[in-house]
Amino acid sequence: MEIDYALVDWSRLQFAVTAMYHWIFVPLTLGLAFIIAIMESIYVKTGNPEWKRITKFWMILFGINFAIGVATGIILEFQFGTNWSNYSWFVGDIFGAPLAIEGIMAFFLESTFIAVMFFGWNKVSKKFHLLSTWLVAFGASLSALWILVANAWMQSPVGMRFNPATARNEMEDFWEVLFSPVAVNKFLHTITSGYVLAAIFVIGISAWYLLKKRHILFAKRSMVVAAVFGLVMSLMNIHTGDESARQIARVQPMKLAAMEGLYDGQTNAPLVAIGFLEKVNPDTDNINERQFAFSIEIPNMLSYMAFLESGAFVPGIRDLIRGNEQHGIMSYFEKMERGKIAIKTLYDYKNALKDAKEIEANEMVKMSLLAKADSLEALFADKEWLDNYFAYFGYGYFDDPADMIPNVPVAFYSFHVMVILAGYFLLIFILVLINVMKGKIVKRKWLLWLSILAIPLVYIAQQAGWLLAEMGRQPWVIQDLMPTIAAATRIDKSSVQITFWMFVATFTILLIAELKIMLTQIKKGPKEEGGL
Amino acid sequence: MFETLSYLALQQYWWIIISVLAALLVFLMFVQGGQTLIYSLGKTDMERTILVNALGRKWEFTFTTLVTFGGAFFASFPLFYATSFGGAYWVWMLILFAFIIQAVAYEFRTKPNNLLGKRTYEGFLFVNGLLGTILIGVAVATFFTGSPFKINMLNQVDWQTPYRGLELAFNFGRYATFVNLSLGLVVFFLARVLAVLYFMNSVDEDNIIKRAKKQLVFNAAPFLVFFLFFVANLLLMDGYAVNPETKQVFMESNKYLNNFLQMPVVLIIFLLGVVGVLLGIIRPLMNFEKCHGKGIWAAGIGTVFTVFALFLVAGFNNTAFYPSYVELQSSLTIENASSSHYTLTAMSYVSLMIPFVIAYIWYAWKAISNKKITAKEMEDDSHVY
Repeated sequence: MEIDYALVDWSRLQFAVTAMYHWIFVPLTLGLAFIIAIMESIYVKTGNPEWKRITKFWMILFGINFAIGVATGIILEFQFGTNWSNYSWFVGDIFGAPLAIEGIMAFFLESTFIAVMFFGWNKVSKKFHLLSTWLVAFGASLSALWILVANAWMQSPVGMRFNPATARNEMEDFWEVLFSPVAVNKFLHTITSGYVLAAIFVIGISAWYLLKKRHILFAKRSMVVAAVFGLVMSLMNIHTGDESARQIARVQPMKLAAMEGLYDGQTNAPLVAIGFLEKVNPDTDNINERQFAFSIEIPNMLSYMAFLESGAFVPGIRDLIRGNEQHGIMSYFEKMERGKIAIKTLYDYKNALKDAKEIEANEMVKMSLLAKADSLEALFADKEWLDNYFAYFGYGYFDDPADMIPNVPVAFYSFHVMVILAGYFLLIFILVLINVMKGKIVKRKWLLWLSILAIPLVYIAQQAGWLLAEMGRQPWVIQDLMPTIAAATRIDKSSVQITFWMFVATFTILLIAELKIMLTQIKKGPKEEGGL
Repeated sequence: MFETLSYLALQQYWWIIISVLAALLVFLMFVQGGQTLIYSLGKTDMERTILVNALGRKWEFTFTTLVTFGGAFFASFPLFYATSFGGAYWVWMLILFAFIIQAVAYEFRTKPNNLLGKRTYEGFLFVNGLLGTILIGVAVATFFTGSPFKINMLNQVDWQTPYRGLELAFNFGRYATFVNLSLGLVVFFLARVLAVLYFMNSVDEDNIIKRAKKQLVFNAAPFLVFFLFFVANLLLMDGYAVNPETKQVFMESNKYLNNFLQMPVVLIIFLLGVVGVLLGIIRPLMNFEKCHGKGIWAAGIGTVFTVFALFLVAGFNNTAFYPSYVELQSSLTIENASSSHYTLTAMSYVSLMIPFVIAYIWYAWKAISNKKITAKEMEDDSHVY
């Protein structure tokens, strides 16, 4: 197993760039679709053409954003094949299904009714048009469901069994994959984050109109819808985020340790609310260790957050590597040994089959090889062996546990930036709502400025969330089973480099174009009263 | 219901679904064909806007069908997904780039302050129409002519050339390259023919219709030449057959001709398809006034039938659908490349939704395109590309 680390790094970089660009546009699509649908519902209910004007303005911005979301999305689906072909085979039996369902169930729903939404104003009845708008919103979130189920499965693989004959994991229980607690929670957390982003987007732009004293009624109305929607979703978002801390503690303890910069585990572990990391010198364990140069801690909070028990033990990075008998934690060294046995078993089995096929003359030898293959194959059906050896299959690819620690500063800072900003957005929703209701929003210049500032921040929060989710789980593509280094397509590095720069150039140009178009439309504003 | 089907029956069922999706995709590529005709058919700004908007209401269906085709292939035949996409890397990457630039082109084209200008976005549409059709045609031709890869014992792909798929279109030392390219050009010219017929059906603008009639001839002729070249080669070439007992892959002379003869139903579908396409082209030429709006139906259904039959010939009747010409036994068949019995069963239930999806697409289409596209509408409508 010779591994080309540079190739893997470039493949990761390429995937990260596409995914991060894609995620600039998707959350706005997810959320704005619902906000538009709510606005149009008010129009249909009240018959007030003013609401139609409001709906149509936000719909223009939706269309611009949607197009580029589609452009960045198609790449991602195919990249699993082009750049991660070993992955595609190893787990394609489970991972492919959600992607196909996403296409059949969600994308067609979205694209069909988006056409009605844009082109149908004068062609279909009011009610059918409204239904179409709702179906677009529903379809967008439905597509998010399936891809997030797939992602959650990578973080917490369930409902499958390894088949040595095909050398891949095969699905055994579709419902376990779909309703895995990690999947359900990840879905809710991610889509509500998209709803929050869209609400901030609408509030921020409306705030700008209020500061400019343009379209005042339009802006206030947009704000009310967005603030109510944002407030509800923001609470759900925070709740599901809290829930995911407990899931990470259970299925990805290393990620939890990394995101809190916790090297030595402890009971009554405090939560670092704010902190700055610095390098530890000398790095005696060779694990690129960090410590806090400054931190504000909340006592017992990490233990409580992770296990709902303030006295619970939270393992640190060193506990996970060296093991901790007192708390029943197996060391990474032991897991690596077991993983190597599992990998060797698979190769022995495959080689026995291959040799048996190639040996023509000697029936006896052939029979004994086949018998050996059979007995090895049986291990993969033996629950005890699976739990004791195969469960650590992925660890067998490593020789040094230090290679299995995620980037701690990235995990720590992205986690904290995300959480702090989530609090900021909640505050914005509450303050905006109160002030609009009291009719004082126009006078609250500081709040309007804070709302505008929230727009770039909400994009940062989104990216931080995904950085934590994806970099925090390294070195795994499939938790414990497949490391990233084993997943990449075998290809020359230069092909990946060239396509990487092609993506960066294309997406950057398109992003600039999108921003210019978007800003122009915002400056133009909604059509004047009466005009439709 | 699907649980009781044999593994092989499920694999065949899924190959049929893949074939249907591929057939619909090729038909829907009239959008790509149309994108290469904007300047041939539209001489004024307004005419071009009409053409772009006629396509702009359909492009997402082609796009979504492509995405679904990829997803369905992944779910049902993951070894193909891993082998072809990871192996023929550059072919697929170029196809994908062609689709990235398409997705923004419609929405951004006429928006003020769009950075690159109208012409550039129209250029994007052209590139998408050119590369998208030809390269997808080349990729599909390798289902018959083979690719240079080996599969190791863990089912991982090793592509045998550093060109990663580009050799399939540019290695002129190998005769099969010409066959590959011919199918690429078949798809390209067919897409243009279908586009011309689509415009005749849905645009109400005399100048465009007049030019369309000429373009129909210009594109139908090369289409027929390349199509005949491809089909003749297909019927005469040695094909990749599978021994149903030992699962060994071997070369069989006239394999694809034999497949047609041994599966007469497929042959009939193929012939009906070809006749449909020909009728769709000829009738508008013979009796323009009466038939120019109807050609798209005959040619469209004909395209679906023809492509469907070709895919069945590639995968059914003990044939390797994604063969390797450097190591026969690495070739992919619908049996060795498929998902597990369980996954195919689960996905089969999902597939029951497809007729429902087609029904609502049909309904929504009818609701918004009950009138032909005219210059007046372009001036009045609030959402114009």
